[in-house]
Amino acid sequence: MPNKTFFWFFLPTGLAMILFIGLPIISTGIQSFYAQHDQIVKEVKKCDPFGCTVSIVVDNEETSKIREVKPLGKFNGFGTYTDRNHLAVDEIKKFWNETESFGAFVDQVTNLPFYKALIFTLTYCLFVTPNVLLLGFIIALSLNAVARKIRGPLIFGTILPMIVTPLVGSLVLFWMIDSQGIIGANIQNLMNDPYLSLKSSKTLTWITIIIYGIWHHSPFAFVVFYAALQTVPQEPIEAAIIDGASRIQRIKHIVLPHIYPVVTFVALISLMDNFRVFEPIIGFSAEGSAQSLSWLIYDNLVNEEVILFGSAAATSMMTIIGIAILLAPVLIRTWKEFKTAR
Amino acid sequence: MRKILITLLFLLFGTSAFADCNIKSGSINILANDFPALRTFVETSKQCKGSADFKVTHSSEHNKIAVPALTANPSEFSARIAANSSIVPLMNQDLIRPLDDLVKKYGKGIQDSQLITIDGKVMAVAFMANTQHLYYREDVLKDLGIAIPKTYEEVVAASEKIRASGKMQYPYAAAYKAGWNLAEEFVNMFIGHGGEFFKSGSAQPNINNAKGVATLNMLKKLSELSNPDYLTHDSEAIKVEWESGNVALMTLWASRSGTLLDDEGDPNITKATKLTGPATVGGGNIPAATLWWDGFTLAKNRPDADAEATFRALAHAASNKKMVADASDQAVWLVEGFVPGPKSIGVIEAVKMGAKPYPMLPQMGLMHGALGSEIVEFLQGKETAEQALKDVEAAYISKAKEQGFL
Repeated sequence: MPNKTFFWFFLPTGLAMILFIGLPIISTGIQSFYAQHDQIVKEVKKCDPFGCTVSIVVDNEETSKIREVKPLGKFNGFGTYTDRNHLAVDEIKKFWNETESFGAFVDQVTNLPFYKALIFTLTYCLFVTPNVLLLGFIIALSLNAVARKIRGPLIFGTILPMIVTPLVGSLVLFWMIDSQGIIGANIQNLMNDPYLSLKSSKTLTWITIIIYGIWHHSPFAFVVFYAALQTVPQEPIEAAIIDGASRIQRIKHIVLPHIYPVVTFVALISLMDNFRVFEPIIGFSAEGSAQSLSWLIYDNLVNEEVILFGSAAATSMMTIIGIAILLAPVLIRTWKEFKTAR
Repeated sequence: MRKILITLLFLLFGTSAFADCNIKSGSINILANDFPALRTFVETSKQCKGSADFKVTHSSEHNKIAVPALTANPSEFSARIAANSSIVPLMNQDLIRPLDDLVKKYGKGIQDSQLITIDGKVMAVAFMANTQHLYYREDVLKDLGIAIPKTYEEVVAASEKIRASGKMQYPYAAAYKAGWNLAEEFVNMFIGHGGEFFKSGSAQPNINNAKGVATLNMLKKLSELSNPDYLTHDSEAIKVEWESGNVALMTLWASRSGTLLDDEGDPNITKATKLTGPATVGGGNIPAATLWWDGFTLAKNRPDADAEATFRALAHAASNKKMVADASDQAVWLVEGFVPGPKSIGVIEAVKMGAKPYPMLPQMGLMHGALGSEIVEFLQGKETAEQALKDVEAAYISKAKEQGFL
């Protein structure tokens, strides 16, 4: 395609992307450098049905004056990024100097909210993404091998987890693993431990969410792989069969290299999706044991009566950077291949 | 204090409280939490709407909508039904208007004790009171010869006895869901220990002390007597636990007693369910509970005509003797003419015992938020109480700095 045609072809999409993705990200970025003005409070008498007390309120007249001059708030630079609820630079330095062993240091660091969330998010990514790829590929191969007649219903059944709304899917599983639910009660019986609860143990909650993630995301990988498998040319496979290659050898040397670009694509999308893990935490009411970066943003925006825009914006920016770092190796590789192909 | 007792116990006098329902114009749009008493209240105000537009949004997510919706100009809602805690963000952002003029003009039937005044200005009109208090199973306690617990130490002893008897595995329940609910339990227990959340006259946190540790230890003891899934249980979940007969002692909102004691569910459990005041803790004499009011506020960013129409409709409900008589078991109404029934015991006892109201401070929401997530690891046994309290203070300080309180 000539560059000019491409430009006109891409223009509407590009404009929409700038308008709906680019500008909001820039605005979020600017917001993350600001904090609220110092609150001006005054002592007043408050009376309610239970009696009167003297206590403080925000002085709105004074506050609105400052706000009019500087509506964005107080410039805070990287202050929000480095505070204890985010990168916690000072705390980490302190822990490094104070703790005796490396283990104790790690313990202290993982107790900080941002690192706690980062570790869960990364663990989730590292377990879910490869398993989704593997499971999706195996299902695609198996379905590709069954008789055409029953393939339709089987495919439908396989993509069902993707059709079910994530929140509903996780709620169903949440009720099943309740200590009185079908899975929870059976595990208690099996382990002969009436106090065993999948929801109260951190490790078991993580495992549950990861299994749910694999269950929910596999159909996506399957659909893409299945489509890719349809494009594998038959001639080399037939030739390989004649040469006496086993099924595994055929997959390894012919099928996989052929669909390799698609694998990269699925891996990229999966990584991005998984890094933003959020719904299962709400669905499983797992806030206590598992927090992800997206959950932190949500918590800052809605879980408190005072909305923390600066905090939420800073976490959002770091999530974007995190995704960029995760994707970098794959992107660099794709770029190199693209160059050599030319 | 005496005011509320008078409100609650001495009633019935006064002139007819019917508001003048001749509203000609304006539009009314109300945002409210979702529980039966509030639905009754809003329905009652609707009777008075006249020719004004009338819309209402009942949502348990009301806290998330309120500030953005009232910040818009003109704002989406003309009124917000708020409580001690949820009025604070509205005050902080200057989103609600003083009601003095309207009270003078249209607030005939509203009693003085219903008015929430801040700095001499009426900012809200309260119509019901709420608290968390103890519920117990009379049959279970009687069988085992346990007296009705008056302190949390007795609650622990009673629960241990029930567990030892083999009747129930997890005899105690309270809404310990990580987040707002768990933090609320901490707030109650900390106040019961005589704690103050902030150093006097400042926004510096003051919870990392012996009272804070005692509070956490009591919460931990109680959690060990609860269903192991307690960190995922909110008020609704423990109500279900109670109705399935798994629990004999519970701390729950007074406003939930209506649905807990309705005809649905096992009649034997409903019959044996009894209410009592909130418990004290650690030898203190004020209950480990906070008093709450629910009342209406009017949005600032709305034309006067709307504010007037909305106030008249809501004032009609907030002074409606017929409503409080018909719905006397749905809530502890602060409205004139309310006769407290058996379901109001919890709140009345709490008031008598001198319970404190939930702290109406501008920075309290940040403390509440920090508590909800940072004390979880202590309850899971992964952290010491001191470490957990240190984390809460640190998390709070970062947030308070960002918000300009420190």
